[in-house]
Amino acid sequence: MDKISFEVEKGEIFAFLGPNGAGKSTTIKMLTTLLKPTEGTMAINGFNPEKDQNQVRQSFGIVFQDPSLDDELTARENMKLHAVLYQIPKKEQNKRIEEMLRFVELWDRKNSLVKTFSGGMKRRLEIARGLLHHPKILFLDEPTLGLDPQTRNHMWEYLKRVNKDEQMTVFFTTHYMEEAEKIADRVAIIDHGKIVALGTSEQLKTQTGKKTLEEAFLALTGKTIRDEDATALDMLRNRRRMHHH
Amino acid sequence: MAQPLLFLVSFGFGFGSIYQKAGNGNYMEFLAPGIILMSVLFTALFSGIDVIWDRQFGFLKETLAAPVSRMAIMLGRTLGGATVASIQGIVVFLLTLLVGFRPQNIVMVLASFGIMFLVAVMFTSLGTWIASTMEDMQGFQLIMNFLVMPIFFLSGALFPTEGMPKFMLLIARINPLSYGVDAIRGTLIGVSTYGIHLDMVVLLLVTAVFLVCGSYSFSKIQV
Repeated sequence: MDKISFEVEKGEIFAFLGPNGAGKSTTIKMLTTLLKPTEGTMAINGFNPEKDQNQVRQSFGIVFQDPSLDDELTARENMKLHAVLYQIPKKEQNKRIEEMLRFVELWDRKNSLVKTFSGGMKRRLEIARGLLHHPKILFLDEPTLGLDPQTRNHMWEYLKRVNKDEQMTVFFTTHYMEEAEKIADRVAIIDHGKIVALGTSEQLKTQTGKKTLEEAFLALTGKTIRDEDATALDMLRNRRRMHHH
Repeated sequence: MAQPLLFLVSFGFGFGSIYQKAGNGNYMEFLAPGIILMSVLFTALFSGIDVIWDRQFGFLKETLAAPVSRMAIMLGRTLGGATVASIQGIVVFLLTLLVGFRPQNIVMVLASFGIMFLVAVMFTSLGTWIASTMEDMQGFQLIMNFLVMPIFFLSGALFPTEGMPKFMLLIARINPLSYGVDAIRGTLIGVSTYGIHLDMVVLLLVTAVFLVCGSYSFSKIQV
């Protein structure tokens, strides 16, 4: 990243848009204590991800780009593990697990092994899991990548509901412009590790004189395709595809 | 499972008569402890690969973002991996009984299970330590293959260390597995080259070192 700076209000739905390699995942990883920044400061719910790691971790939930469920366990068991890791009091665990699984409409599959789930179902389960400890912020890294329209629609409905009812902040990265336009309150466009534009979709469209956010985005980031070298992660992803097909 | 059994049967019955003629007694008895630890060694070291895979695509990533200390996660992982490796060891032990191996008594068998677990923890920590510093699964497998063979072959598991040339003897003496094999032999058949006390001290020390180094590397993992 190249010296980025931004603020997100409580209860806001904020989107980070950018082409491949712009630094979206890197930013989320720094905010969620998974990567150390080389300089600068961050504050999540008032806490510093570098110094108050555990308080920061209690404050957010995260849905990663790649699945982080245990395939050999059931949906319910995955939720239970999360409840233990986040120290949710024993008495409340079962109630909340049921609440969340019903919320994402997976309660009737609670005893099925996760490896039998489709991509969309896994994503829904990860959302249920990320919300289990009532976080103040939910981070999502490319949440709808590879999902069918019905699942995508459901997903945003769940998230908008929690955002509205509990003032939960939602921070997501994506390169699906229509979603960002429809769902996000404000949007930041990053490219080459820098924030190129920040504001509501309306502001960005006016700024660039374009009719859609997608056109504004292309105007701001240019139309050349970003070629990247395959990283170790890309090679792992290829292996994963081989294992699963 | 197939590999230890193969070694056991082919070497045990194959070299058995030669060993006896050389005046060293029952080869199956000598061999069984080493083969038992062979399966523990392999399983324990390779379990580290989950650290590389899971941290991108699996549950480990979720635990890294959770409000739990890295140390706790690493210990949990290590104990889990060591338990699986120990169970492998116990299964191979049962297989050795099938081919005619007879340990000296039941109490000692239980003691040997404890030693198996310690060796499993030792090598699971080593595997985790190395895996925590790497991102490439194939690289990890290469390194493991490079390590596992010398560790196994130069540990006194297959042949006594007495007759070996100086440099092999040296490697056997600094190889932690040698002390594990010796300890298991000591408990199961009552014959020990270094003495069980020395074995235990070495095993505990090396395990502690690997645990500490493994925890440190694990805590520095960035996804």
